Amino acid sequence: MNLVLVDDIIARYRWEKAAIIAILQDIQREFNYLPQEALTYAASRLAIPLTQVYSLATFYRAFSLKPRGKHLITVCLGTACHVRGAVRILEKLERELGIKAGETTDDMRVSLETVNCLGACALGPIVVIDGQYHGQMTSVKTDSILKKLRKL
Amino acid sequence: MSKIKSTEDFEKLQESVNKTRDPERLCITVCSGTGCHAYGCEKVTQAFVEEIRNRDLQDKVDIRTTGCHGFCERGPIVVIHPQEVFYQRVKVEDVADVVSETILKKNIVDRLLYVDPNTGKQIICEKDVPFYKKQRRIIFGNNALIDPTSIDDYIALGGYAALSKVLWEMKPLEVIDVIKKSGLRGRGGGGFPTGRKWEFCRNAEGDRRYVICNADEGDPGAYMDRSLLEGNPHSVLEGMIIGAYAIGSHQGFIYVRNEYPLAVKNVTIAIQQAREYGLLDRDIIGSGFDFEIKITRGGGAFVCGESTALMASLEGKLGEPRAKYVHTVEKGLWDNPTNLNNVETWANVPVIINKGWQWYSDIGTEHSKGTKIFSLVGKINNTGLIEVPMGISLREIIFDIGGGIPEGKKFKAVQTGGPSGGCIPESLLDLLVDFEKLTETGSMMGSGGMIVMDEDTCMVDVAKYFLNFLKEESCGKCVPCREGIRAMLEILTRITEGEGEEGDVELLQELSEVVAETSLCALGGTAPNPVLTTIKYFRDEYEAHIKEKRCPAGVCPALIQYSIDTERCTGCGACVKVCPQEAISGQRKQPHSLDQAKCIKCGACLEVCKFEAVIKR
Amino acid sequence: MVSLTIDGNVVQAEERTPLIKIAEKLGIRIPTLCYHPALEPYGTCRLCTVEVVKKGRARLVTACNYPAEEGIVVHTKSERVIKARKLIIELLLSRCSKAKVIQELAEEYGVKEPRFGEGDEDCILCGLCVRVCSEIVGANAISFTSRGIDREVSTPFHIASEECIGCGACAYLCPTDAIKLEDIKGTRKIERWDTSRPLQRCSICGNYFAPVAQLEYIKNRLNLPEEIFQNCPNCRRKSYAEQVAALGHI
Repeated sequence: MNLVLVDDIIARYRWEKAAIIAILQDIQREFNYLPQEALTYAASRLAIPLTQVYSLATFYRAFSLKPRGKHLITVCLGTACHVRGAVRILEKLERELGIKAGETTDDMRVSLETVNCLGACALGPIVVIDGQYHGQMTSVKTDSILKKLRKL
Repeated sequence: MSKIKSTEDFEKLQESVNKTRDPERLCITVCSGTGCHAYGCEKVTQAFVEEIRNRDLQDKVDIRTTGCHGFCERGPIVVIHPQEVFYQRVKVEDVADVVSETILKKNIVDRLLYVDPNTGKQIICEKDVPFYKKQRRIIFGNNALIDPTSIDDYIALGGYAALSKVLWEMKPLEVIDVIKKSGLRGRGGGGFPTGRKWEFCRNAEGDRRYVICNADEGDPGAYMDRSLLEGNPHSVLEGMIIGAYAIGSHQGFIYVRNEYPLAVKNVTIAIQQAREYGLLDRDIIGSGFDFEIKITRGGGAFVCGESTALMASLEGKLGEPRAKYVHTVEKGLWDNPTNLNNVETWANVPVIINKGWQWYSDIGTEHSKGTKIFSLVGKINNTGLIEVPMGISLREIIFDIGGGIPEGKKFKAVQTGGPSGGCIPESLLDLLVDFEKLTETGSMMGSGGMIVMDEDTCMVDVAKYFLNFLKEESCGKCVPCREGIRAMLEILTRITEGEGEEGDVELLQELSEVVAETSLCALGGTAPNPVLTTIKYFRDEYEAHIKEKRCPAGVCPALIQYSIDTERCTGCGACVKVCPQEAISGQRKQPHSLDQAKCIKCGACLEVCKFEAVIKR
Repeated sequence: MVSLTIDGNVVQAEERTPLIKIAEKLGIRIPTLCYHPALEPYGTCRLCTVEVVKKGRARLVTACNYPAEEGIVVHTKSERVIKARKLIIELLLSRCSKAKVIQELAEEYGVKEPRFGEGDEDCILCGLCVRVCSEIVGANAISFTSRGIDREVSTPFHIASEECIGCGACAYLCPTDAIKLEDIKGTRKIERWDTSRPLQRCSICGNYFAPVAQLEYIKNRLNLPEEIFQNCPNCRRKSYAEQVAALGHI
């Protein structure tokens, strides 16, 4: 693992301990998840207890301690999406991908996550695939999106 | 650009900006709020740029990508100035026509106009669209006129004039006095009088004072703050600088939700521009006042919207709330006096300074002044962001602005206040919206989410939804919130699965009371509201689930059944194709049948059937 | 100093003293599972809920961290307090039905079988272990992880922590006895944290008396005579006694 990348990130925040959450976000962006080695290293470089870093990494939803798939599917479960049937879309995705929300397919191609509101409620139900918003989702639309994803 | 060192410098800047602005000049504005983004507004903008370039019209026409216009339902939205021609659902293919007809010949492209569903009439101007007519957009309106990445756009509309006035003509206490007299109350949920909060913070003991903008908008179904930060970031910055001056703070923070990357981007640009102009950092407008602002991204935790948890998070700690027996205006961030307001509250400040507290306090009701931005979403025709004067009725919001319920369905409830709020029934539709009136119903104003629910929404399921949300979002620190929500959720789950028992409703009420009274923070303190309001107004639905094992709205899977109406089924086979369980069978062109034992009630068959042959009961 | 009333007793107290301390002096017992006088109040168990009347407004607060204020009236056993406390005990019981301390509280408050399930967790998440490890010992070997109903106390990554010195303060403070500490054959084991630490043998009697790591930890922080780290407290006491006795002969 290239820990120089972690050093660079910490330097960007001028070794500021209070910036630990932002530092973790940047580490995750770099590695696609939070590797144990990177967390241990960051804690020692910043001279903050590893317990604090680990607590943060497991508390905030943006963080993942497990490697995530090449593609990320996020289903919005905000209230507006919920009343428009988001749960059915999530269940369909779970069935089709053979994984539960929060899991990654065995071939590491796709991770499925949920979010409690994306703040784009007019489009509900919303599914985000690799940062791209797909609004007014239906079961049929889900099929076509999955088909496209399989070709990627 | 050299830094502004005095009011004279600032006035000169205003003049030079205004000189470049010709109100009669053609300008194509393309909304690039999050909604329009998802509908592909970027490609539309690009197409306009190319079309204008190809026709060599750059000298005659401006193209401006603006913040959210609010009418997200109809995106991508394009407005042509100065005529204010309002085009909706504009696609790349429409761009050539808009340019050749509207820009060059002043003709209207009929097919892109909004049609009022009630009158069937086409509407040309943005302000005549019923969605906008009853709104009063004093905070949110500029979103549609400016490019959020251009400080000059903001200044051209009078931006930073309030700051210049405050720094050079007003003492801090005078500023506090104006905000107090205006009657402004916090827009984040609590509704605490803003001026008084500033005063407490100013008077608190301490050498350093902090000012925070809470942009951790976590209520599901609410996205006003996102649109303000993305669409008009300078208005928030200006409010914060004015507040900091009044309070005596030199360091500010904007805590932005992790899910809002565009907001972070636009605010970062805005801060950079304000610095370059001398409107931030050292010696602002030559007044000697210093103030800097840092942006922090949240890590994805609803509880961080709570002020003490937010401050812990800013310090790099777990987002756990602490007891507020000593308030954060006394001991907040790093134990220093800290004043926290949310995005919308800060954006109100420059408007109050510019227009005066009398003007502002003329809007609204006795105890709730000004306007409020709501996100009107869910089962409603005109989904989007609206800004209305306090005191407007729910009926006007939902039926006049929102255009009522889609597909001729019946209105059932409107949910306000997010997970801390409640569901307001049809019988209270004439309620005049303000802080007190909403609280009286058992709900609350919250940050401004309004989720409309129709007859197909199950209210027990809604209560369960919110508790499920809170179960995941509770920090888990205190017993009543952590264990109480779990217990309530277990009971609600039982009810929705047909296992409800007599006495369950009373048990929910008993738990609700203690969880509300003994939880450490407001998350737990208000967690029972969705349960209590649905019991209060929709008890019959609970009874139906418990006693008759029936879900009247047809939502709870354990209590519904899908079947095929053999009279209507044409045997097209569409449902067979989508059924994940192979539960539907039948000969082609013959009525099909559904095997109940295999059905998982996903509803896919109902969705694809064109003949209304799938029945849900 | 401020003057306040607790259960009818008018008392003077230093401003901002936590109510629980004032009550204790009056001999009024307020139940708590997460408060310890040596640690910062944390306010998680909510058992110390009391009713405070301030400017005519009554509300429930926690006595462990509510600061004494002039003129407030505190009720530690009002009907409202007891009702809330009973339900909190019931909730705790439904999480940790086998924990002795909670069973005793349930008995005292007349809480019968919990109506919200009978979980067999042993940890109530009071945080005493986490706080003593961080605030007093300063080792930071354990912390809260995850959130909501999934919250738990663990070492980072759920593996043995290098920071743990095996001092056992966590086990000592745990109200539900969820942290088991065992000294077997020269090794201290704390199973919950997956920790084992070799013990130091007394140079005089040969008995094991403290984890080597703990002694090293203290050595690095305090300037104490070497024998403290070599000999067990018993032998040290004995040797001091002998030294004193020897002085007596002069």
